[in-house]
Amino acid sequence: MSGHLLWIFLGAMVVNNFTLSYFLGLCPFFGVSGRLDTAFRLGLANIFVLVITSACAWALDRFILPYAPYLKLISFILVIASVVQFVEMAIKKLSPALFRALGIFLPLITTNCAILGLALFQTNRGYGFLEGIVFAIGAGAGLTLALVLMAGIRVEVELSDVPAAARGTAIQLLIAGILSLAFMGFAGLLGAG
Amino acid sequence: MKARELSVREELLKGLWRENPVLVQVLGMCPSLAVTNTAPNALAMGVATFFVLVGSSFLVSSLRKVIPKPVRISTYIVIIATFVTIADLVLQAFVPGIHKELGAFISLIVVNCVILGRQEAFASRHGIRLAVADAVGMGAGFTFALFLLGATREILGNGTLFGVSLFGPNFEPWVVMILPPGGFLMLGAILLVFGAWKARAAARAKAAAVEPLRKAAA
Amino acid sequence: MSTGSSVIVPGPTREPGSLKLVATLVVAGVLSGAGLVATYDATLPIVQANQARALREAVFLVVPGSTKLEPFAWQGDRLVAAAEPGTNASGAPPAEVFAARDDAGTLLGYAIPAEGAGFQDTIRLLVGYEPAGRRIVGVKVLESRETPGLGDKIAKDAQFAANFEALAIDPEVVLVKRGEKTAPNQVDAITGATISSRAVVKVLDAVARTWASRLESAS
Repeated sequence: MSGHLLWIFLGAMVVNNFTLSYFLGLCPFFGVSGRLDTAFRLGLANIFVLVITSACAWALDRFILPYAPYLKLISFILVIASVVQFVEMAIKKLSPALFRALGIFLPLITTNCAILGLALFQTNRGYGFLEGIVFAIGAGAGLTLALVLMAGIRVEVELSDVPAAARGTAIQLLIAGILSLAFMGFAGLLGAG
Repeated sequence: MKARELSVREELLKGLWRENPVLVQVLGMCPSLAVTNTAPNALAMGVATFFVLVGSSFLVSSLRKVIPKPVRISTYIVIIATFVTIADLVLQAFVPGIHKELGAFISLIVVNCVILGRQEAFASRHGIRLAVADAVGMGAGFTFALFLLGATREILGNGTLFGVSLFGPNFEPWVVMILPPGGFLMLGAILLVFGAWKARAAARAKAAAVEPLRKAAA
Repeated sequence: MSTGSSVIVPGPTREPGSLKLVATLVVAGVLSGAGLVATYDATLPIVQANQARALREAVFLVVPGSTKLEPFAWQGDRLVAAAEPGTNASGAPPAEVFAARDDAGTLLGYAIPAEGAGFQDTIRLLVGYEPAGRRIVGVKVLESRETPGLGDKIAKDAQFAANFEALAIDPEVVLVKRGEKTAPNQVDAITGATISSRAVVKVLDAVARTWASRLESAS
């Protein structure tokens, strides 16, 4: 059982990294990963939202969707968005320190494809509650890892002489491609070995 | 009347080329890079997005005076999610093979920034004809860019186009191109070529338009 | 942004009441639900027919000669009739194994869906098993994300597939290097895709260990 959970965790974090293998969460990956500490905190906020999402998606899938499967997408989006909003308000009241650390990112993250992607993958694969939570933490850790790596590389790129035509998104895409290649090395990590 | 005709054509064309959502604005990458490993997948994704975009733009534009401003985003999302679910169901019924390969990425069209972006920036402010023209242009531009990516990746990574072998049995495919890194690398390369080409065109236009003295100064 | 004459300034200038906001969302939700139910009802029979056909084709492929299938689930110590796949028959448990019969109704074997960790992601297989001969008679890869050109040969390589035409499960299913297969319980690996081959063998062996005794007691 614990081996199974470890496979889910490491699978979501590195082998099938959400950003580098499923192309989810690219907007923050290219958009705001300019500074290391911002990238790290954004990653943490991501883990937080992913875990909440996973629990919501599990509850919806378990208790409501069997009766109305066609409402899956709409209910996921609306429920996740509203729950995150509530949690944001709650944190603001209860722990201003935590809110300052994560708060500004929460609304941004809700519209991130990684969140909806997690909910969809989790239900498609039939994960249970615990499996879903582990999957969410793994996926969030993977997003954080990718964000931090990209931020670290971008700091260097800003100081180098990039050809004019490649400046902006093109060079970032090429870097992401190389990172993604590197992450392919994790395949087989937990395989039948 | 004359001016309006011109404008519709203008809105149609800008999405295809000058403001192409993928090649110029670099939007909507999340759900599109993942499924452009073959031409048929890319095309199916493009057509599904096209359908959702045109449908949503039509509805949003026709309801733009009814929807109250504070809840407009929520309403747009409900509209978009409805169209995406319809597209998902229809694909599942009629092309189950492709539906299986695209998997959850069809549902992820909902969070494609191109679609919500067009509703907020265009459809909610313009009449139905212009909104639909804009959506058709953007949708076609998106499909074109996806197809370009998908076809190149399939040709390089598998030696085939639409499953038809192009180079014979001795071709050693560049496998990485149909794997995830290939998506990043190929879009990066396409943007690079596009950027270089645009820079040259701009430089040439400038050289032709501006007098020699100012050109030297620049 | 276009600056044509058809630009319309959006929204009323007066702040709308919250009743109107709620009403708008409710109306949008109801209309959306109606549209979805209509589409769902229209496409559901086609989708179910597709799924049932895909399943039948897979079962008939892994148990050669079969033309009919019957879904079963394992409960406690026996096989019980299960829900037809693709239907939502409440009460019946989901199918875990399919009995495959020929035209005359003779039981030829069972098709068992199984999965395990592959090189990249989970590999899903449908395994054809013949209890009378204690052997595997066919394998179909239902789903895998193995590396194209290498690992994905588990689904495409004819030589690899030939391993499963008559694969004994006793004493256990083992993997050997390509060309070294000498015993009926051995599987020739795919060159360059050892890990994916081993993943398949591991799933097969697990299926044999779980189901061989169950199906023996059942038939």
